[in-house]
Amino acid sequence: MKNINVYGSGCKNCTNTAELIEKTAMQLQIEINLSKVSDLQQMMEAGVVSTPAVAVDGKIVHAGSVPDVQIVKDFLN
Amino acid sequence: MLDWFTYFADWVTYSWFGLSSDTQFAGALHFFIEDTCKILVLLIVLIYFIALVRATLNPEKVRCYLQGKNRFLGYILGSFFGSVTPFCSCSSIPLFMGFVSARIPLGVTIAFLLTSPLINEVVVVMLGSLLGLQFTLMYITIGLLLGISAGFLIDLIKGERWLAPFLAQQYQRNDAMPELEYQQKIMTLADRHQFAKKEMLTIFTRIWKWVIIGVAIGAVIHGAIPAVWFSEHLGAKQWWSVPLATLLAIPMYVNATAIVPIIESLLLKSVPLGTTLAFCMSAVAVSLPEFMMLKQVMSSRLLMLIAGYLLIAFSLLGWFFNAVSF
Repeated sequence: MKNINVYGSGCKNCTNTAELIEKTAMQLQIEINLSKVSDLQQMMEAGVVSTPAVAVDGKIVHAGSVPDVQIVKDFLN
Repeated sequence: MLDWFTYFADWVTYSWFGLSSDTQFAGALHFFIEDTCKILVLLIVLIYFIALVRATLNPEKVRCYLQGKNRFLGYILGSFFGSVTPFCSCSSIPLFMGFVSARIPLGVTIAFLLTSPLINEVVVVMLGSLLGLQFTLMYITIGLLLGISAGFLIDLIKGERWLAPFLAQQYQRNDAMPELEYQQKIMTLADRHQFAKKEMLTIFTRIWKWVIIGVAIGAVIHGAIPAVWFSEHLGAKQWWSVPLATLLAIPMYVNATAIVPIIESLLLKSVPLGTTLAFCMSAVAVSLPEFMMLKQVMSSRLLMLIAGYLLIAFSLLGWFFNAVSF
């Protein structure tokens, strides 16, 4: 099971990112534990500079935009 | 090259609709057709190319580059990168914290954050297409200078005192600066094209309606309100019109895109350049929700200082350009 954090203030792009990851994971039948993080200190500690940012098991894999489906597939696998 | 849009509007208004060129309605319609077509076409083309060029630039890379740079060079670079780096406006807060935690001076961070909305691709393309290259270059130069001087002043008054405690302590630490690494992703031309296409579509779907609304208001002003009204009420002689324009523009952040065509028609009605410039900059730079968000990372005092700086700077600019004629 992969732990995925989506960092963002809760704007539309961030919500879209979380939804996209959930949908893609379901399609690929990969079990994930997704949490949306909007706490500022946590964001800073994770080293997030631009949102929406995605971290898989604590490592930032994407930042600054809603990722493409292909990118999501890549980091889920 | 842009004449093409005038010819097109000529043809639609006078030949297709068969209107006579001396009516107010024909003037307004002509203005509406010419400007909507021109802005929408130019936005699509230019936003795509701008995005193509800056696809590899992002806040992470800029942060790495700015870390440890000389303070004064930092203000200039911060201001410059603020104007060219693409990022979602909801990133402002994480970006702010990210810069501070890399111990980039607060002034440099503020210079970056201020120029970012002030000089954005949409406003620049619209100013360029409606008001010409000279006005646009002047606007960009002033925008950069405003960012640079804001950064300088913030550090001069030691603004970091008024940051939220968890951020203020970043500057008080004596340990070595956290080392940043930035791994450059390799981007092929196809990747750049994908990025640019996405940017263009996102921006276009967000703003097209505001362009039309703005041009429609501009057209009404153009066709219905006589120039004399403006010179009597909003001329250079009424000194208070500049700060008033600055204040009135604050709630306009919602549709800063709509502002530019309105400005064009105001300038055509000979509302002085300074008043117009102050209005434009204030509408674009100060976004209320973003200001409210900044309260999470700084005290109200610092926030008020920044707001005050902007209002005073815009007013001074306005008065200056009203006094000097170009």
